Amino acid sequence: MAIREPAGSTHPPYRFADYASTRLRAPTQAPLLVPEFLPGGTGPAPASAALSPLDADLTRNGRRNGEPIGERIKVTGQIVDEAGHPVPGALVEIWQANAAGRYAQPTDQHDAPLDPNFLGAGRCESDASGRFGFRTIKPGAYPWQNHPNAWRPNHVHLSLFGPGFGSRLVTQMYFPGDPLLSLDPIFNSVPEDARDLLVARFDLAQTEPGIALAFRFDIVLRGPEATPREA
Amino acid sequence: MPRQTPSQTIGPFFGFGLVPDQYGFAGTAVGGGTMAADQVPGQRIRIVGKVFDGAGTMVPDALIELWQADRAGRYDGSAGEPQDRLPNAAFHGFGRVGTGADPDGRFLFETIKPGSVDGLQAPHVHVTLFMRGLLRHVCTRIYFSDEHEANLRDPVLCTVPRGRRDTLIAQRDDALSDHTYSFDIHMQGERETVFFDV
Repeated sequence: MAIREPAGSTHPPYRFADYASTRLRAPTQAPLLVPEFLPGGTGPAPASAALSPLDADLTRNGRRNGEPIGERIKVTGQIVDEAGHPVPGALVEIWQANAAGRYAQPTDQHDAPLDPNFLGAGRCESDASGRFGFRTIKPGAYPWQNHPNAWRPNHVHLSLFGPGFGSRLVTQMYFPGDPLLSLDPIFNSVPEDARDLLVARFDLAQTEPGIALAFRFDIVLRGPEATPREA
Repeated sequence: MPRQTPSQTIGPFFGFGLVPDQYGFAGTAVGGGTMAADQVPGQRIRIVGKVFDGAGTMVPDALIELWQADRAGRYDGSAGEPQDRLPNAAFHGFGRVGTGADPDGRFLFETIKPGSVDGLQAPHVHVTLFMRGLLRHVCTRIYFSDEHEANLRDPVLCTVPRGRRDTLIAQRDDALSDHTYSFDIHMQGERETVFFDV
């Protein structure tokens, strides 16, 4: 039984045949719609008091005895809701493979080198205008077992807590011009007219001359029921 | 109108990024399995369970997030509440655990029993679940087996087909004295957990 997506949805379906892991993990029954599920606008706002500026600089936060290997990049963007209002105070967490396409997670068995100076995890909070920014290393592509000769395109994972339970989002940011995109079932699970929303733009204005290239990735969270109330 | 950024799977390797302390990495995680500090008033409970795929195999790479009200039914951060409804400042009501952190693939939360949020709904905990192979997260609710009367009247449970309601009720283990509830999540099959469109 197929679960139908609402018209205009940008989200992938639960079950997507080309992505093999959905076969046993996607729910088969449509989610139940429950009115008044939650009091409006509330949701977890995980304490961010522990954040430090170093958390947003992945080129520094995993150093042991030198600099991480790879292309330094900045990833910046603005978080807004569906009405276009900035979303301040959103917790943004990112994680990614290193320049060689290897994650720090021990369960990653890809035969590519770990970088002793790169962890690949960071976090920050969006500012009053909904803006966020990271400095990191451009992640490498890596093979996976989905189908013969399958490779994931370069990507950065993102997790966002907006102001309401309904605005929770976990997604992946891709890079423009990547030839692996059109071959990737996870990217292709998104409706065709929404795939561009997952591809960052090269952003010359944000580059740091001599230091780092820059990519811009703007994010739209579900809302506006999730916007903070006016004071 | 700006279009929502599409969801993508969390993938298998989120542990070192989102819950590093649970996976042996340095750093303070935002949220964990211990949700209530000692000074938070309320009935101490533990919620333990596993996630199963459509073949009945335990899922060792899921991320479970819980979100709940405090003992008096108040959510953290609920703005504009009258003073006497302010939530307990020491209790944020949020926790998250990766199943890969436990050798048996369990998730375990230590928290307090929530109060009814509106006098109508039975005590419950919100669950958000992420994993490889899940292109969008799913949301469900944990109710409690020892709240039978309240569960019968709960307006959300009442919308759930009768034969599927049990998938939402955590069973208290009477053999254990410490108020342990077990709550397994089944992605597919006869016992497929009810998920909600929130």
